[in-house]
Amino acid sequence: MRLLNASGCLDALTAPEVARQLDGFVTKTITPLPREGNAPPRIAETAHGMLNAIGLANPGRARFLADVLPQLRDLGVPIWVSVGGFCAADYAETCAALAGVEAIELNLSCPNVDEAADSAAEIVAACRRDTTLPLYAKLSAAHPDVAEVGRAVAAAGADGLSLINTLRGLALHPRTLRPVLARGQGGLSGPSLKPVALATVHACYAATKLPIVGMGGVTTGQDALEFVACGARDVALGTVLFSDPDAPVRVRGELADLDAAEAFAAAHEMSHVHA
Amino acid sequence: MPRRERRNVTGVEEIGAYTLLRVDRGGLDPGVPGQFFMLEAPGRLLPRALSLCLAPAGELAFLLEAVGPGTEAICALRGGDRIHVFGPLGNGFRLDVERPLLVGGGIGMAPLPYLAESLPGAPAVLGFRSERHAEAAVLLPHAEVVVEPTLVTDCYLHGFDVLACGPEPMLRAVGDLCPGAQLAWEAPMACGYGACYGCAVEIDGELKRLCVEGPVLAAA
Repeated sequence: MRLLNASGCLDALTAPEVARQLDGFVTKTITPLPREGNAPPRIAETAHGMLNAIGLANPGRARFLADVLPQLRDLGVPIWVSVGGFCAADYAETCAALAGVEAIELNLSCPNVDEAADSAAEIVAACRRDTTLPLYAKLSAAHPDVAEVGRAVAAAGADGLSLINTLRGLALHPRTLRPVLARGQGGLSGPSLKPVALATVHACYAATKLPIVGMGGVTTGQDALEFVACGARDVALGTVLFSDPDAPVRVRGELADLDAAEAFAAAHEMSHVHA
Repeated sequence: MPRRERRNVTGVEEIGAYTLLRVDRGGLDPGVPGQFFMLEAPGRLLPRALSLCLAPAGELAFLLEAVGPGTEAICALRGGDRIHVFGPLGNGFRLDVERPLLVGGGIGMAPLPYLAESLPGAPAVLGFRSERHAEAAVLLPHAEVVVEPTLVTDCYLHGFDVLACGPEPMLRAVGDLCPGAQLAWEAPMACGYGACYGCAVEIDGELKRLCVEGPVLAAA
């Protein structure tokens, strides 16, 4: 099991000591053109979770390739690049320009921007034609049949799945009853997401048997183990990094205390039993 | 260097409308005035960003106002409770100024007592919305205190190197009156160390992360 960060939950150049605790650093989503992101306020705490509407703020493909990626490579941590766009060609062009990274994660599910018109499978197929790098499709649990989407992207050439992205939510100010976030709605993350994420990982593992990076409310080693039990091969930390920058080391220690070798064997057995 | 440690609460006292929380310092560096710490809010998912108010020997002290569930949880702490404290974070005030004047509005006075220790003799102006809120001026005994409807911008600020912290309208007004003033801003923050991109503010026409670019910024 590799421990990664969820895309958008860590800036490795601002906090390299946190990134170096990970088995791989996943970048914030890169789009063809620079994006400032949404107007503030962009975050709101909720019961057992938080909403964000950052809006894919990023320096854009050209500056990422020229300035950011070389610095990331110097960290000595395997780099996963999260790729976004607004049509299949956007994604494919960025994939074609990437080399020397561990994997590409296709962000097919950001709840804070308008969705691409092309289907997830069309985007994966376009990227597959333009890169030989491992392609992970990051899907939304909001789809009524995410296992079917998983099968479709697998058929289109995805090497793995990243599950799950945030789910769209709304938080109101307790007195004004107006949305807390300037954009109105945002993406829900944190512990309140975990049961949804576990169910999604389990369903997609059963449907595809693809390698899965499981994420959604992972806070402890026990949480990570539960994702593995549902079929995840790797696990990513998201919101927990905001309150605990030492979470990767802590989660790994907790996993070791759980006598993980035996538990992992049981976990894989269980994921097959229920598949 | 910022560190994250679990520290003991050593004291909690009400000062007018505000609460002064003290924790033992442990291995934490108090940092530069205007820098901030992320304090665990028990029962809440995210920590809260608080600038350091005082650095008594062996302690760190934070002044806060209970305005929501997070700050309420922190204000409800009692001596002996333990919370995670992470910092110091961000960029504090520049102290190489010739004619410093400290300007604080409401809970924005929080970083000024610690700042005053680094700028001995610097005059200060504090503005509050009520007499009860103004009781916090006891933490900065030499300050001139005004209460609404009088505003800090009604005071004479010209010719000084202003170092200010307070609500956004106050900071904008002070910045307009005093080009080059050092202004300590506030924004909702999930992480405090550049990870979440939640605290974006517009700086020189661009959205930037206040936690890494600020919280103290020079007025244009």
